[in-house]
Amino acid sequence: MIAGGVPVRLEEIHVRYPGADRAAIDGVSLSIEGGALVVLLGPSGCGKSTLLRTINGLVAPQSGRILIDGREITGVAPEQLRRGIGYVIQAVGLFPHMSVAQNIAVVPELIGWDAAKIRTRTDALLELVRLDPTRYRDRLPRQLSGGEQQRVGVARALAAEPRLLLMDEPFGAVDAIVRLALQDELRRIHEALGTTMLFVTHDVDEALRIADQIVVMRAGQVVQYGSPLHVLARPATPYVAELLDAADSVRRLQLLRSGDAMRPLPSAGAAAGWPHVDAAHTLREALSRLLDGADCVAVDRGDTVAGVLTFDDVRRALAAAA
Amino acid sequence: MTYLFAHPFAVLQRLGEHVELTVLALVAASAIALPLGIFVAKNERAGRLVLGVLNTVYTLPSLAVFALLIPVLGIGTLTALVALVAYAQMILVRNVAAGLRGVPRATVDAARGLGMTPAQSLWRVELPQALPVIIGGIRIATVTLIALASLAAWINAGGLGVLILYGLQHDDPGRAVTGSVLAAALAIGADTALRRLERRVRTG
Ligand SMILES: Nc1ncnc2c1ncn2[C@@H]1O[C@H](COP(=O)(O)OP(=O)(O)O)[C@@H](O)[C@H]1O
Ligand SMILES: [Mg+2]
Repeated sequence: MIAGGVPVRLEEIHVRYPGADRAAIDGVSLSIEGGALVVLLGPSGCGKSTLLRTINGLVAPQSGRILIDGREITGVAPEQLRRGIGYVIQAVGLFPHMSVAQNIAVVPELIGWDAAKIRTRTDALLELVRLDPTRYRDRLPRQLSGGEQQRVGVARALAAEPRLLLMDEPFGAVDAIVRLALQDELRRIHEALGTTMLFVTHDVDEALRIADQIVVMRAGQVVQYGSPLHVLARPATPYVAELLDAADSVRRLQLLRSGDAMRPLPSAGAAAGWPHVDAAHTLREALSRLLDGADCVAVDRGDTVAGVLTFDDVRRALAAAA
Repeated sequence: MTYLFAHPFAVLQRLGEHVELTVLALVAASAIALPLGIFVAKNERAGRLVLGVLNTVYTLPSLAVFALLIPVLGIGTLTALVALVAYAQMILVRNVAAGLRGVPRATVDAARGLGMTPAQSLWRVELPQALPVIIGGIRIATVTLIALASLAAWINAGGLGVLILYGLQHDDPGRAVTGSVLAAALAIGADTALRRLERRVRTG
């Protein structure tokens, strides 16, 4: 599978739907690095879907420019443009009369891949989203659980090796546990492929979990654009602070790694009897161990204890991140 | 029904005419109704107008339609065909349009978002999903046409109606009953077969 993602630039985008009394997108400019996973976050009706749909030409802006990989999209036939951009929507939109494999093959067929290549690709994609090809290839969408349908939706969007993937509340319809698993899978896929991903959600925790960068939107405008930690630690307006509940320290702890906050062990063997967390785990998990009654938590890297965390360390890390 | 066993070939000929008339009308009507139904589904306002006109035709008494057509087309099979096609339009167009409108917004959105042209979305996604409803329309139209085709005998267009009409006019109930029973059997058979087809294509 090819890796890499294209940069996307939006310049002063304005969208007003016919008959609407106010703009759905009201002067949005954004510069998205190639290979980034950017989350558009904001309440329902703030224009997230509309912004996404201007990028693949489903909505035509009244003014402004959109550049994908440096090229303006107005010159490209919309169907041509969309076949190069993955698109996943909340309601999944799998075609109920087509098997899983046929659904995944839609775009490769539109662009004329041969049958053998499509079949190889379909199986590889099912593996990528962790569905056993031999079991799932020939099933119909209605024979899948909600989470499995979302996986197929992602596989279908990635089928023709797009270097840009647009996802509109893709995990909105699945339950909380499946949702967490899908978020982890998406991060893994993003790291494996390096595709530029634009992900829409109104769920703050989801945004914080998966984003490299968060775009906070309100009433058709971008109010803040930055890393999750930055947006949480320095909300640009009271609206952002309230939306993200930025005062919630536990939320910020979720963005910090235990391995980054630990101190060296005072002496070898000191960790005997302490609870353990992994260096990759967040400080929230370390705090949870401390609240269970321990004074110190051992931080592991692989099989060895690499450091120690106390209440003070957690507090210091939180202050340093602000 | 004794008439059936006394004159099997005459009955078979009328049955054949009846089927032929129904099938021809159905094929012609479907060929018109498919594009018309697509138009109605895709054009809200103009679509309502089309359905209004078709509905008016549909509510006209069938014998009156035959009567209206005779000055233009004369009597015979062509007139019967035109009348049957006109009647079936309402049912077929309404179902094609309803089937297409019933395709979830999100599905069409996905099709367009993946890069299908409007025509590709229509043929590969929307029509296959509307198929059960469309076949439902064909089923109802078929049953209706089989019944209406019995009236074609009035204008000399053949069919099982000939047996019924002759039987009534010449006090030959056996002949009339044979015609009626066969027409009913034809309608029930077609209904059953199309119901089965409808179920087979239903997905999701
Ligand atoms: N197809 C449409 N026609 C008219 N208005 C629309 C359409 N889609 C969205 N809107 C309006 O545009 C605004 C932004 O909607 P949307 O982009 O869907 O927001 P979000 O995805 O953040 O919930 C809302 O006020 C919505 O009602
Ligand atoms: Mg939306």
